[in-house]
Amino acid sequence: MNNASLLPIMALLPFLGALVPGLMIRAGRTACATFTAVPTILALVMLGLCAPDVFRGEVLQIEFEWLPALGLSVSFFLDGLGLLFAGMILFVGLLITLYARFYLSGDDPAGQFFTYLLLFQGAMLGIVLSNNILLLLIFWELTSLSSFLLIGYWTHLPEGRQGARMALTVTGMGGLSMIAGMLILGNIAGSYELTDILAAGDAIKSSDYYLPALLLILGGAFTKSAQFPFHFWLPHAMAAPTPVSAYLHSATMVKAGVFLMARMWPALAGTDAWFYAVGTVGLITMVLGALIALFKDDLKALLAFSTVSHLGLLTMMLGFGTEAAAIGAVFHIINHLTFKAALFMTAGIVDHEAHTRDIKRLGGLRHLMPITFVIAVIAGLSMAGIPLFNGFLSKELMLEEAAHTDWRGSHYAVPILATLGALLSVAYSFRFISHTFFGPVRDDYPAKPHDPNFGMWAAPGLLVVLVLLIGIFPQATVGPLVELAATAVVGHELHHWHDLKIWHGVTPALIMSAIAVLGGLILLALHRPLERLWNAVPRPEAKVIFDHVVGWAVAGSDWIAHKTHNGAISRYLAIFVVSTLALGAIAASGGGLAPATRALLPVPPLAWIGFLLLVVAAIAVVLLHRERFLSLILISIVGLGVSGGFVYLSAPDLALTQISVETVTIMLMLLALHFLPKSTPAESGIFRRVRDGAIALGVGGAVASLTFAFLLRDFSSISEFHLTQSKVGGGGTNVVNVILVDFRGYDTFGEIIVLGIAGLIIYALMHALLDGPAARRLRNWEFTQERSRDRHPMLMVIATRVMLPMTAMVGVYIFLRGHNEPGGGFVAGLIIAIALLMQYMASGFGWAQERQRIEYHAMIGWGVAIAGLTGTAAWLFGKPFLTSSFGYFHIPPIEEFELATAMAFDLGVFLTVLGAVMLMLYSLSRIARYAGETVNTAAMDYDPSQGIRETTEEER
Amino acid sequence: MIAYALIFAFLCYGIGLLLTLWRIATGPDPADRILALDTMVINVIALLILYGMWQGTAVYFEASLLFAMVGFVSTVAYCRFILRGDIIE
Repeated sequence: MNNASLLPIMALLPFLGALVPGLMIRAGRTACATFTAVPTILALVMLGLCAPDVFRGEVLQIEFEWLPALGLSVSFFLDGLGLLFAGMILFVGLLITLYARFYLSGDDPAGQFFTYLLLFQGAMLGIVLSNNILLLLIFWELTSLSSFLLIGYWTHLPEGRQGARMALTVTGMGGLSMIAGMLILGNIAGSYELTDILAAGDAIKSSDYYLPALLLILGGAFTKSAQFPFHFWLPHAMAAPTPVSAYLHSATMVKAGVFLMARMWPALAGTDAWFYAVGTVGLITMVLGALIALFKDDLKALLAFSTVSHLGLLTMMLGFGTEAAAIGAVFHIINHLTFKAALFMTAGIVDHEAHTRDIKRLGGLRHLMPITFVIAVIAGLSMAGIPLFNGFLSKELMLEEAAHTDWRGSHYAVPILATLGALLSVAYSFRFISHTFFGPVRDDYPAKPHDPNFGMWAAPGLLVVLVLLIGIFPQATVGPLVELAATAVVGHELHHWHDLKIWHGVTPALIMSAIAVLGGLILLALHRPLERLWNAVPRPEAKVIFDHVVGWAVAGSDWIAHKTHNGAISRYLAIFVVSTLALGAIAASGGGLAPATRALLPVPPLAWIGFLLLVVAAIAVVLLHRERFLSLILISIVGLGVSGGFVYLSAPDLALTQISVETVTIMLMLLALHFLPKSTPAESGIFRRVRDGAIALGVGGAVASLTFAFLLRDFSSISEFHLTQSKVGGGGTNVVNVILVDFRGYDTFGEIIVLGIAGLIIYALMHALLDGPAARRLRNWEFTQERSRDRHPMLMVIATRVMLPMTAMVGVYIFLRGHNEPGGGFVAGLIIAIALLMQYMASGFGWAQERQRIEYHAMIGWGVAIAGLTGTAAWLFGKPFLTSSFGYFHIPPIEEFELATAMAFDLGVFLTVLGAVMLMLYSLSRIARYAGETVNTAAMDYDPSQGIRETTEEER
Repeated sequence: MIAYALIFAFLCYGIGLLLTLWRIATGPDPADRILALDTMVINVIALLILYGMWQGTAVYFEASLLFAMVGFVSTVAYCRFILRGDIIE
């Protein structure tokens, strides 16, 4: 088996594993942590299996298609950089699992924690293994989401929730910007595969779209990696439990931005824009972060700003764009991981044991917590960049690069600022060590500090061993890995690789380092007065600004939302039609309209009459709409006119449908109107009426003139295809029906489902309504109307009964011939529905309901099922969904006839329509039962064949 | 000859339509309006049949059949609404 096939499994493992801890927590926290470690260990083993191939210089690749039309594929690859990051993510993930097992208290829901942790780990792993930038973006967003869960893990703390929201907002915005950048990049390179993009570096850099793509992608990377001015979210994310901080801010989340810049190096780096954007931002972040860190009293806040500073350092190195800088950056990624994770865990231990992280309340812990002290000192010295610790080595590489970097012609700007950064870094590192562990033992700690158990210090202990090993034997421990990863970053063989070593001779970097250490110690000695000064100087508070900006955004969105979505449909319609009108006007003013190619047809006088009927009725509805019953009659005229118009303009299918729909609609409206006020009160003022009238006239006129313009011109449409293919491809001569059941069968299938859902929703709504206060109101319903005493006239009962079989026959006839002549399942469903409604109306609800054999719900279900099954049957023949088939049969003595699968589909349509219409009317007519109306059992009030019945209470 | 007869019939039913429209507009009773609407439907049925004869095709026959079959249902519904309020009880 090729090792490349391990990659997708590796990326999936944490996600699959994430399902387990939530269940395993019932077996205790140890079992839960163990099962969290299992997928991590498995993935690490797989990574180990792949590692030899990568070290041989191979790039493992595997690809599955996902959405090829979008250029989105599930493709993974593993090269040196991916190997380094995947290893870090999994290795530290393992340590964090161990640490968290002992850190979390019994009250914390550990199952959730480990689930979130694995989700996050999977997302990170996905980022570093993705070979498709769209896939990478998906994982990128997943890290934002899962880190949100982790940071806000302590949901009872407002700081935790706010920090999580801030992190999500900032990184989410960056993610949006990056999506745009990546799309541009993919467009330039002509592929969304990373390997293709990296190979197209020169084309990308010379493209006009290089700068926007660069800036947008950097927007994503900078927000994720907390670069200035987006650095403010990171310290607030410190409200998370310490294991989360240690994981997110040493090895993973914030390194994702750095990873991205390193990954994109061959495609984007090496230009002036890159240097000034990335290098400058990194430099500012490095110095600023270190400066703030010096004055933070909270241990985790200090470490947070130190992380910001170190991320700035990494960003600056990548910004330099030279090979040596890339080597330094990769090396520092490893070193920062080891000492910073250890330091976070140490801070967590201090917090856990002393119950405070406030540096002002600590001090003298070296005797009380000797093991923690040793770990903190080693890691702290490494962070300060003291020789023999690994932080020193990569800082030397950084200073060396800074020493010969010019910034806009200045030889001194970068070296001086870099030294300043290093100096501040020394100062806060020593402050961390000395103010926490040195000094006199105090007697006012919130709790009595002591070293934790082995489980808790094992992870940071292992990390500081690594700090020392790498610090003393750099080449033997990580040299090959750094070389490999740096090769992957720059995208070609390294030209200037020197083995990593401690002593380089007296170089400028060493001198700068010495200045930094001395200066840092002096600064620490002066810390007290400096702190007073720092506190006296006003500074912008990022959280306040952020909260204000969010507040404004919320207020602005609220304003827009409430102005546009005020709950009145007239408002939505006005916005919609006016903007459409404006767009249409802009389009029309372009003057692209070709001259008319068709002449007007003569209009016979009768058509004028029909036209007059429609216009008069329409205007009358507008004028008289407050009289609801009258408007219904007027609407009927419109319906009649439209149906007649369909017949006249050669659309018999539409006409049939319209005629039956009109009838059903009127019945629905009348049913509803019975329980509604019979007239609409005048609510709107004259201004609104004039304004709305103007809008309506404008839009109506525009649509009319558009239609008119359209009809006067020849155009090609898809109709031609449908007309020629109807018989050949669909086996029917009625094009409309063939389109419905065959060409656009999928649409129809969707529509009948919607219709069925609509029916069920009306039923459900009515059910809920009649269970609520509405039912009480209905029970007290007062019929003010003078009512006729003849509920079910005999004449009507007889007439409708005679009509039933005839109407049913017409329905069947219309259904059967639908494929070749006007008709089909939809119309047939409506006709049968009307036939049944007649019985309801004439013989009464109770009488009709008693004779109902099939539930209307079931009818809808069967209809959709039959249509769906007809569609899927095509699969049995290896055809796509809903492919229809037809054949001609001849069974004497019947004439030759056609059978098409489309007919079964049409049967489904028929049943759904029938069921939905009946269910709607049934639901609405149920209201009356609640208003205290009695139900009849006999069809007629007076049935001559039964003799004269006793008059009952029905005669109300 | 049939052409003249058809034109005459078109004319009559066309005027009929206008008159029913007038009745619907002026009322005065809802019952007047409902009856006028029903008459209007009948006029349209007649016009559809005539139009089919004029064009020499049977394709409009179903439409008029359907009008005839379901058109009265609306009329009944309107009447029940006037008489009883609830159309299905």
